[in-house]
Amino acid sequence: MSEFLANIPFLAVAALICVALYIMMSQRNLIKVVMGVVILESAVNLFLVTLGYREGGVAPIFTNAPGTLMVLPVPQALTLTSIVIGVATTALMLSMIMLIYRHTGETDAEKSRKVKG
Amino acid sequence: MDALTAHSSILAIAIPLFAAFLTPLVGKLGARTRNVFVVVVLAFVEFLVLVLARDIYANGIHLYTLGAVSPSLAIPEHYMVPVRIVLEVDGLGVFMGIISATVALAGAIYSISCMKHETGQDRFYTLLLLLTVGMLGIQFTGDLFNLFVFLEILSISGAALAAFRTRFIDAVEGGFKYLIVSTVAALMVLLATGLFYGQYNLLNIAAIADVMQYTALDKIALALLIVALLTKSGGVPSHWWVPDTYTPAPAGTSPMIYAATLACMSTMFRVAFTLYGVKMSVATIGWLIIIAGLLSMFVGVTMALRQTDVKRLMAYHVISQGGYMLLGVGVGIAVLGDPQALAAYGREAVAGGLFHVMNHAFFKGLLLLTGEALFFRLGTRNLNRMGGMGRNMKWTCAFFLIGALAISGVPPLNGFASKLMIYEASYQLNPMLTIIAMMVSIMTLASFTKVFQSAFTGPELPEYKEVREVPLSMKLGMGILAGATLFISLFPSLVVNTIVYPAADALLNQAGYIGAVMGGG
Repeated sequence: MSEFLANIPFLAVAALICVALYIMMSQRNLIKVVMGVVILESAVNLFLVTLGYREGGVAPIFTNAPGTLMVLPVPQALTLTSIVIGVATTALMLSMIMLIYRHTGETDAEKSRKVKG
Repeated sequence: MDALTAHSSILAIAIPLFAAFLTPLVGKLGARTRNVFVVVVLAFVEFLVLVLARDIYANGIHLYTLGAVSPSLAIPEHYMVPVRIVLEVDGLGVFMGIISATVALAGAIYSISCMKHETGQDRFYTLLLLLTVGMLGIQFTGDLFNLFVFLEILSISGAALAAFRTRFIDAVEGGFKYLIVSTVAALMVLLATGLFYGQYNLLNIAAIADVMQYTALDKIALALLIVALLTKSGGVPSHWWVPDTYTPAPAGTSPMIYAATLACMSTMFRVAFTLYGVKMSVATIGWLIIIAGLLSMFVGVTMALRQTDVKRLMAYHVISQGGYMLLGVGVGIAVLGDPQALAAYGREAVAGGLFHVMNHAFFKGLLLLTGEALFFRLGTRNLNRMGGMGRNMKWTCAFFLIGALAISGVPPLNGFASKLMIYEASYQLNPMLTIIAMMVSIMTLASFTKVFQSAFTGPELPEYKEVREVPLSMKLGMGILAGATLFISLFPSLVVNTIVYPAADALLNQAGYIGAVMGGG
């Protein structure tokens, strides 16, 4: 049972990735496509955080630490970086959708598409 | 000088990064000061890369550990594995570094006149410098997480540059597509990085390669990395973003986005050769890359034949010529497990593929710049509405001819030299590969003959009577790339022996790459 419980976060990651891929491939509204990308991002971040968990580990905060042996906080650092980068890409994607809407009055991928061939 | 050599790799990344955010401040002092500042920074980066190159060709792999007592101390005391951020530059890294720095310099000089009448130039140069940081970063980094970070820097700045002229709808569309593709690809790289960290608790490429078990999770990671980086390097079947993104990219940025694409391709080679090496099923992966290469060549060139937009046509040739590089290096991967075949033609195939990367970065960069020059003067990219430009734009015409002859593989230009290496090597694996490659080369010539004929020859059109040659800085930008193309054409064996073979050997020497970090080796 505990084996199953320990794997729940990984199952959640897999489910989120599937949801994200489905959204990106099935939706034509550009805002929804971006939502798919953001869900994919959350899935990867969740994956990294889950990897960082060590059972019984000591958080690397030096005040009042019970010992000197602590968990190396690499995955947490990675996740923070990845979240910051995610904000930048999401903002840029949304601003581009705004421009597309200003040009064409559409956020539908098929209707706003001008370049062909 | 010694200190400069020791720190050259980190300085080549850090200087343009700080300069990027200083650019808006320097811009307050006037446009001319800012332009000089950007060009000086990029010229200094080029100088640093050359200093680094001299060091690497003399002393082997250059290692730089951030925060360590000595830059070459990758593994801290009391540790078994590298935990710090490590830059590891070998023959391949510096080879791509030279290409990126040169193209960035030419692109920035070209942009000065070309962007004169655009708004938001401060931000343009900021993005241009950030793109340079991304390109150099993914070549120089020694760990997978920084690979992801630099990939994102490259993607964000590349997409923002492609969409820079927001008054054109096709620019916004191209930038948006590039950003979506890049973000998803980068997340796949991050997922693969997580898969490695979960198994080995490592992020360093050399350290992971050292303990690689090729488990089921590693296979998933390999698939994620190859698919993500193939997408970023514009290989069929994920090539569709290339023409949409390259066509509207303003001024000198399309060659730079192209150099960034090549940087992603060489990262894919790094993953295949260094991270996995002989531990993966080399024949399967090699043939997959060869097939992707053949498809890219064929689909790219046939789509190019029917284009009427001059830059879009060139962008389809980007896909098609990318196929040659994939073919060359793919042959090398396919025979990686067979020492005899590797010595007989595998090494030459890898070198041919990499030589084509270099040649193509220069002459296709040049062609994209001439396409932009036509757009700058005529206000249209439609070939059917051009004509007789050879009279009014003599320099552009000459630069175009150099690029067009080189890309079609006409001797004695450098495109011929690298294609010949690929033909010779791939013929020994399978003659069919060479036949397809040669056929594509002929179709390339046909397609560029069409551009030359419709843009530069023919009677003078009344509406373009007043068109003049492009300003000096644009000629200078094109001149740098044309000069590089002609230099390689005149001294192919010198270039191949000094920088291309070291790059190919760096790919094949997995033990050396691991040993530089882990010791022993």
